[in-house]
Formats: sequence, structure tokens, C-alpha cells
Amino acid sequence: MYQKMLVPVDLAHVEKLDKAIKTAVDLAKHYKAEISLLGVGTNTPSSVAHTPKEFEQKLQAFAEDLASKHGVSTKAVVHISHDPAVDLSKELVAKADELGADVIVMASHVPGIADHIFASHGGYVASHSDLSVFLVR
Amino acid sequence: MGSEADTGIESPDGAANPIDTEYEIGQDNIQAEIGPFGLDVHNPVFLISGLAIVAFVFLTLAFQESVGPMFNDLRGWLTSSLDWFFLSAANVFVVLCLFLIVSPLGRVRLGGADATPDYSYAGWFAMLFAAGMGIGLMFYGVSEPISHFTSSMGGIAVGEDGLRTDWAPLGAAAGDADAAFDLGMAATIFHWGLHPWAIYATVALALALFSFNKGLPLTIRSIFYPIFGERVWGWTGHLIDILAVFATLFGLATSLGFGAEQANAGLDYLFGISVSDTSKVFLIVGITGVALISVLAGLDAGVKRLSEINMILAALLLLFVVLVGPTMEIITGFFSSLLSYAQYLPALSNPVGREDANFSQGWTSFYWAWWISWSPFVGMFIARVSRGRTVREFITCVLIIPSLVCVLWMTAFGGTAVHMVTEGVTAIAEAGLPIKLFTMLDQLPLQAITSFIGIVLVIVFFVTSSDSGSLVIDTITAGGKVDAPVPQRVFWCTFEGLVAIALLLGGGLGSLQAMAVSTGFPFAIVLLMACYSIIQGLRTEPKAVGANSEATVSKD
Repeated sequence: MYQKMLVPVDLAHVEKLDKAIKTAVDLAKHYKAEISLLGVGTNTPSSVAHTPKEFEQKLQAFAEDLASKHGVSTKAVVHISHDPAVDLSKELVAKADELGADVIVMASHVPGIADHIFASHGGYVASHSDLSVFLVR
Repeated sequence: MGSEADTGIESPDGAANPIDTEYEIGQDNIQAEIGPFGLDVHNPVFLISGLAIVAFVFLTLAFQESVGPMFNDLRGWLTSSLDWFFLSAANVFVVLCLFLIVSPLGRVRLGGADATPDYSYAGWFAMLFAAGMGIGLMFYGVSEPISHFTSSMGGIAVGEDGLRTDWAPLGAAAGDADAAFDLGMAATIFHWGLHPWAIYATVALALALFSFNKGLPLTIRSIFYPIFGERVWGWTGHLIDILAVFATLFGLATSLGFGAEQANAGLDYLFGISVSDTSKVFLIVGITGVALISVLAGLDAGVKRLSEINMILAALLLLFVVLVGPTMEIITGFFSSLLSYAQYLPALSNPVGREDANFSQGWTSFYWAWWISWSPFVGMFIARVSRGRTVREFITCVLIIPSLVCVLWMTAFGGTAVHMVTEGVTAIAEAGLPIKLFTMLDQLPLQAITSFIGIVLVIVFFVTSSDSGSLVIDTITAGGKVDAPVPQRVFWCTFEGLVAIALLLGGGLGSLQAMAVSTGFPFAIVLLMACYSIIQGLRTEPKAVGANSEATVSKD
């Protein structure tokens, strides 16, 4: 049913991704889908990487690690954002279309009061993407 | 991103020579949940700068009688006693920038040898002006040439103590209208041309270099890595960053407060909206509100789009004045003013042995302190949008082209206004600073439309300053992270508006503005050190000639 799964990953908070990654891997195995790991980085140095190139290498390593550990096929996709604090959700939706993904699996948190003012990324993607979205809470 | 290949992977950015430091960006940050909102701020910098700002506002409001004059005296003392220092420092920045254009170091590309520009020339250029001096051009474009022209015409006046009491630049030009015009234009261009842009370019270049090429966080302290080494991550660095936040916030808040007074005067002149505290507070709230919307829309959809709209409006207004005004006079004036600028530049920038103390201290030295105190903010914003340019491109576009645009602007608005004044339109000379532009536009056709565009420009320039300022302060107080939670930007933007309102209603705009300008002194020292850092940093970088070129990789 699904061939190409998009999984946005935040390399700065890998520890929070466990459940989402497990879900993605299970689904990918079941449907024999390829996992595209999407990392959104910045041009300015961040806690993850000093340059976009280093960011790409780290994401690549993460993707390869996942592939060898779980026997799924993975791909690292880097997107460099000018202003990720604001544009991240929008760019995730656009990127999913651009890559021709057919399902998005992403980590999100349980909605709180703040999400009514500043929408959470997961909430935004679910309500703005045409694709099936699996929010892992 | 233009550099993305089909795979969606950013192309490698080629050779660069990063600094190897143990510091991990964000290691000193506190990530907390305040109520429902997430927070990611640098440990001492955020809290101390926030508290210091609140404390200064309270002190100023509570002890106006003593604190106000103290700040004003401090500013006055700095710009008059240390005028030689400010003038010399600014000359150093100009020389450094001009040197970098011609030197082989100019071939270094910001972001690595193969980096590609983040923004098109138009978007980049629009943002340079919106943050840098758009608002100043609106207010001083007409008034400053008139001031210098009038004082030059008045000639030299000597007081009883033997000191000059006139405000004319250099030796003035008593009674000679043509010479006074040339001198006035040269003096104005001097204050808005190479020197201010060299100040901005120096800070911006240093930040861009140490952030994009050396991998250090995008925050002011990173410039000092070559000088202080690992100590920049400690209190030395905290202090530099706190000072930058302090200068930026007070600079923005006080100019927002004064800007509201000026915009109010403009609205009163145009639409009869009464000048009162209520309308001013309304204006500040309005400007801050639009800035908030822009902050929430992000860098590309917010400040960049607004800057582009403003650049188009400003270009239309300029074109209108050139075409409808005395076209030939402006075109020839552009070249003759440029020539007078070149001719008077050595004398005007001479830091010692000046006889025109009122001019060199009251105007030039004050301006230099002012531009320098704004430089952390403007420089950091310019740096953030300049990745992918070579140093030579960068300096050409941040120094040479903006200076030429300023010459054109000053000739079109100021030059035209001076001619109008000499032809007997005294209303322009008599009008207050905020409405000088509008009284000048009155002399041209379609004044209802052009004045409206003028007031829109003034307000939108305030919005873009407030917006980009919030971005910069947020990045510094988040330890160089550009992806800190959005509520933090909202906080800084709102805070700036509140400080402006408090100072407007309670008094103290002037004294805290003097305080903000005074920070130009420590920053001038900081900038001089940055010149050393830039040369050091550039020398260790591999050079490139064009995007995706085979870089000459140095083997160290």
C-alpha cells in the first residue's frame, strides 16, 4: 500500500524519536516501503553540525545505521531552511510532495494549550498535507 | 534552495577551514517549559540582559533628574573628548574594507569555497537597507543637506572664548552658495556613505566568516575567538553578548519611541491626526503588532518580503522625485556631489587638529558612535543573509553600492530641497525634522500620493527594524541558535515595544538613547579587534573564484 515513507528526524533530539522510528520501521517492513529520513538543518552552525555538509554526513550515518540495524532500505534527505523555527512545518509538507512520498510518519507531542497559539509541527503537517500522516505520540 | 540536486541533498560546500573548538553550540542553554511554552535560551546572557534592561528602565524612570543628565553627559563627553578615536576607528574600517576588495583575501567565499548564495541580489540588498538605514534616509535625506548648506552659508562665527560657535563643516563657505552646496552635500554623504557602511560591513563580515566558515555559533562573541581563544565561551563572551543585546534593544526601543513622535508629526501634517501620547502609543502598538505578525511569518515570508516591498516603494519615490523634480540637475548633481565627496573626504575624515569642533564632534563623532552602537544588530542581520558570497562581492554590495545609493538619495531629496530653499521655499527649512520630507514633496505634483508612500515607508522601515532586531536579539540570547522556539522572538519584539511605551510616557527616551549611543565606545574597541580577527580568519581560508569551482585547498 505504501512505497515511500517520509520520516522527519530532529538530530538534536534523537532520543525522543525512538517510538516514531520503531513505528516507521515496522510499517516499512510490512509494506516493503523505503524510508526517507528528512533532516531539516540550517546554514548557520547548530548544536548538531557546524556546516550543512556535516549535517548531511550525520544524517547519512543515521540512515545507514538504521538500515543495517533493521534491514530496511533508507535514504537521507537534507533540507536547509532559512528559518526553521517558523518554516519547518510548511517545508515538511512541501518536501513530502516533492519527494513523491505516500505516507508521513512523525513524532509529535500530546497537544497542550500552547498548540492553540503556536501549532505543533505534527498538527500542522496532519492538517495541511494531502498524504496519510501517522503522528506518534 | 537553489543548490539542491535532484536527490534533495545540499551539494557539498567545498573547502573551508573550521576552527576546532570543544564548545558545543547550545551547551550552556537552558531548555525549559515555562507554562505551556518551550524555551531554549543561553544561561547567563538571556537572563542578565533581560534584567539589566528592566533595571535601566526603572532607574531612568525613577531618578530622571539625576540619571538623565548623567547619560547625556556621558554621551557628550565620549563624542567630544574621544572624537579623534571615533574618527580614526571609522577610517580604519573603511581602509580595511577597501583593502579587502583588492586583496587576494577577497576571493574567500563565505560558507566554504563551493557555497551558493542563500538570497538573490534583490532580496539581499533589500534586507541590507531595511535593517541598516532605511529609516534614517527617510528622516535625514531632506534635512541634513539643508542643515549643512545653511550653516556653511552662514560662514565661520567665533565666540568670545575664541571657539567657533557655528556648526559648519571644515572652513565653511560664507556667502558662496555653490561652494556651500558642494560642501553641504559632501558632509552629508560623508555621514551616510562609506564610513557607516564600512562599520556595518566589518561586523557583518567578521560574524559571517566565523560562523559560516569557522563553524562558531552566530553570536557576537565568536568574532573574538582568535583573540581570547576558549575564553570567549566564558564570561568574556557573556559580557560581549550582553552588551550587544543591551545596545540593540535600547537602540531599537528609543528609536521606536522617537519614531512614533516623528510619525505622529507626519500624520498630523498629512491627515490632521492630533499629536498626543495616545496616538503615539497607538503607533508603537501598531508598529509592534505588524512586526509581531512579520516575526511569526518567519524570515522569508516576513522581514524579507516587507523589505522587498519597501525597496520597491522607495525606488518608486526616488524615481518620481528624479523624473518630476529637476531631472538634469539631479543627474549632474549626483556626479558633482560624488566629486565633492571625494575632494573633501580627506579633510572631513581627518581625526586630529580639527577647527570645526561643533561639526566634527557634534555631527561626525556622534554619527560614528551611533552607527557603531547599531552595528552588532545590523551586522549580525547582514551576516545571516550573506552566506555564499565571496568577500569581494560582499564588500562591494555592503559598502560600495549602498554608499552610491545613499549619494543618489541625498542628491535627489536633499539636493533638490536645498535648491528649493535657495529659490525661496523657506517652508522646508522652517519645518520640523519629521515633516521636512513632506514639505519638500508638497512642492512637487501628486503630493497626496507621494506623501502617503512616504509615511508608509517610514512605518514599514520601523517594522522591519523591529522585526530583524528581534531575530538578532533572540539569536544572541539563544547562544547562536537560529531555531529557538518562536515565543522567544515574540517576547523580545513585545518587550521592545513595552520599553518604548514606558520611556515615551515616563520620559527618558533621550537619556536612554544617549546611553545606547554611548555603547558605541566599547563597541568601537571591539570592532577594532574584529579587524584583526578578520584578517587572521581570512588568511587561514582557502580561496575560491566562483561557485562550485575547484578550490585551491590549503593543506593545513
